[in-house]
Amino acid sequence: MADPVPLSLSPVAIGFGRALRAAGVDADPSRVQAFVAALGTLRVDRVRDVYWAGRVTLCAGPDDLERYDRVFDAFFAGVAVTGRPSTRRRVQVGADALAAPGVGDAPPEDAPTVTAITRYASAREALRHRDVADLTDAEQAELRRLLAHFAMPGEVRRSRRRQPARRGAVDRRRTVRQVLAAGGEAGRLRHSGPRPRPRRVLLLVDVSGSMAGYADALLRFAHAAVRGREAPTEVFTLGTRLTRVTQPLAHRDADTAMRAVSAAIPDWSGGTRLGATLHEFLDRWGQRGLARGAVAVVLSDGWETGDVDELRTQVRRLGRLTHRLVWANPRAGRPGFAPTAGGMAAALPYCDHFQAGHSLASLERLAAVVAGAATEPDPASSRRERATGHTVVAATAVLEGGVRDA
Amino acid sequence: MNEVGTSRGRPPGEATTFPGGRLPDGVSDPPSLAERLREVGYLADDGLATAAFLALALRRPLLLEGDAGVGKTATASALAQVLDAPLLRLQCYEGIDASQALYDWNFPAQILHLRAAEAAGRRADEDALEAELYDRRFLVARPLLQALETDPVVLLIDEVDRADDEFEALLLEILSEFTVTVPELGTIHATTPPVVVLTSNRTREVHDALKRRCYYHWLDHPSYAREVEIVRTHLPGVGERLAREVVAAVQTLRDQDLLKPPGVAETLDWTAALVALGADHLDADRASATLGSVLKFREDQERARAIDVSSLVARAVADG
Repeated sequence: MADPVPLSLSPVAIGFGRALRAAGVDADPSRVQAFVAALGTLRVDRVRDVYWAGRVTLCAGPDDLERYDRVFDAFFAGVAVTGRPSTRRRVQVGADALAAPGVGDAPPEDAPTVTAITRYASAREALRHRDVADLTDAEQAELRRLLAHFAMPGEVRRSRRRQPARRGAVDRRRTVRQVLAAGGEAGRLRHSGPRPRPRRVLLLVDVSGSMAGYADALLRFAHAAVRGREAPTEVFTLGTRLTRVTQPLAHRDADTAMRAVSAAIPDWSGGTRLGATLHEFLDRWGQRGLARGAVAVVLSDGWETGDVDELRTQVRRLGRLTHRLVWANPRAGRPGFAPTAGGMAAALPYCDHFQAGHSLASLERLAAVVAGAATEPDPASSRRERATGHTVVAATAVLEGGVRDA
Repeated sequence: MNEVGTSRGRPPGEATTFPGGRLPDGVSDPPSLAERLREVGYLADDGLATAAFLALALRRPLLLEGDAGVGKTATASALAQVLDAPLLRLQCYEGIDASQALYDWNFPAQILHLRAAEAAGRRADEDALEAELYDRRFLVARPLLQALETDPVVLLIDEVDRADDEFEALLLEILSEFTVTVPELGTIHATTPPVVVLTSNRTREVHDALKRRCYYHWLDHPSYAREVEIVRTHLPGVGERLAREVVAAVQTLRDQDLLKPPGVAETLDWTAALVALGADHLDADRASATLGSVLKFREDQERARAIDVSSLVARAVADG
């Protein structure tokens, strides 16, 4: 066995906590305190005891465990620990725009005259339909400002909680309380019905190289959805790896949130292994319940460099778990687009809605779709019909004449 | 074992007292707790033994995470057996609220009491009558309140990730103070904090504030040797050969990238199914016929069949 554990534990524990924090484990002082208490309770005579006492008190999730093991080995072997794993690349999102914050924040000059407002409004209207990838920097900034006002209400579902209603089951609790208040005189019966709650919204944003022009705007859209708190929202990025970005996105300020997100995403503008990352998502999160009954939105061009069959299998799986599966494709806004590219064609049969996601207007429409308002003329009819392939063939045939998506 | 720090050691026989809670007789460190857990049929590894020991000694809630079927819930019932305490279980779900988790008033009984008082002609003393209505005997204690009033007790808060944030906030309050305030009655204190085990399947991240209150342990699938031991402990009638072969097959299946890798519970189900068919070893026909007790998805079964069960079994036998 290694060296005996020093009798004076606190300084060691504090040093260890510091090393853990440097490695990215959230071992705050209260946890270190718990660690010291645990060491005091156990009769620490083996390194293994110290290991478990620390792991139980200082870690908070499976992601911490690997870091913990690394730091523990290094720390108690007396080797200096070098911060985060060096493989992590930090990428700035829209770096130039972020360097000068508030470019688009300036209100229209002076008092808003009628013409100024009209000009502003029409510029905004024009911006609504422009392809995000084609915008100038100033327009990008304006777009970001507009995106910040977007919240994504989830489709309503019935919940187990009840609320007062005009009819429905008798609300014993309230009825009897009222009777009690009236000194036992029987009064009117009270009723209650299920309280509607918004469904969970799940955003899967493709951040691979082919999405470079859109990823920033789409992530800002995701930020607005998370911040809007209209519905519980979870956001993941897909690329060569899966990253959960709900936490980094939670910051109130959009630019700060975007910086946190870019720091969290290791595979920014990399290749696309949609099938594999979806697989990982479903194994680690989706099947356990995160996707179950949710309205899921995949924001991707469906460009798959990996195995298309794998993508088909995983999208089918996602479609079964979710209440509705929406696919928003930025390229679908281009004239002559047809969803015939390998990955997109494979995924389409399992989506309930397929739509563009290239402009502010299309994102507005997406929000409406997620809220359950979309029963409009969409190539998508029922999922079952699509699974047979009839509608897809029809939709493709209609679009056949145009230029194919490169 | 390397005995160090003699000043920290206690003379044998001296009662162990800890600030938080009482330890069961004969339990003074994680290995002795593991031993007691083994006696009630639960095989805990070092990590879980340490986590559970700390939870007992310092009376902090223990948060267990891990894949479905690794024995999170079983930990709580094993602890209850070791403590010889009742196990109170609170199953969380979306929309659970205080009246289902904490307490509720027994309204019909209150009305009855009111009517009885009226029939007895006691209308005059209104204040006293009202006070009687909110007497302790009309309070229906739900699991959380029951746990505070029972000693010793193990409280299992199952699948806490299914409840919503507001409920987590409520839990946080109760698990830090171990008190519940009923406005009409006053505050109810736990004399000794209950042993609390929370489980989560990670369908949602449990709030940091709640995690901070808890010891954390990630339960992994057991090793080959331990799983064989678990099977032999839980199903005493099973032969050594069958146990080894089934466990080897299950461990192979876990590496197969399945939708739902089988947990320990499935291993036990499968073994029990094979025993019911009178098997003393694993063969391709029986394995194929009973696959439904291990793999609960059609895709997984297809994949397992594609692997070719007989080769799987052959490999399993070779490994075992």
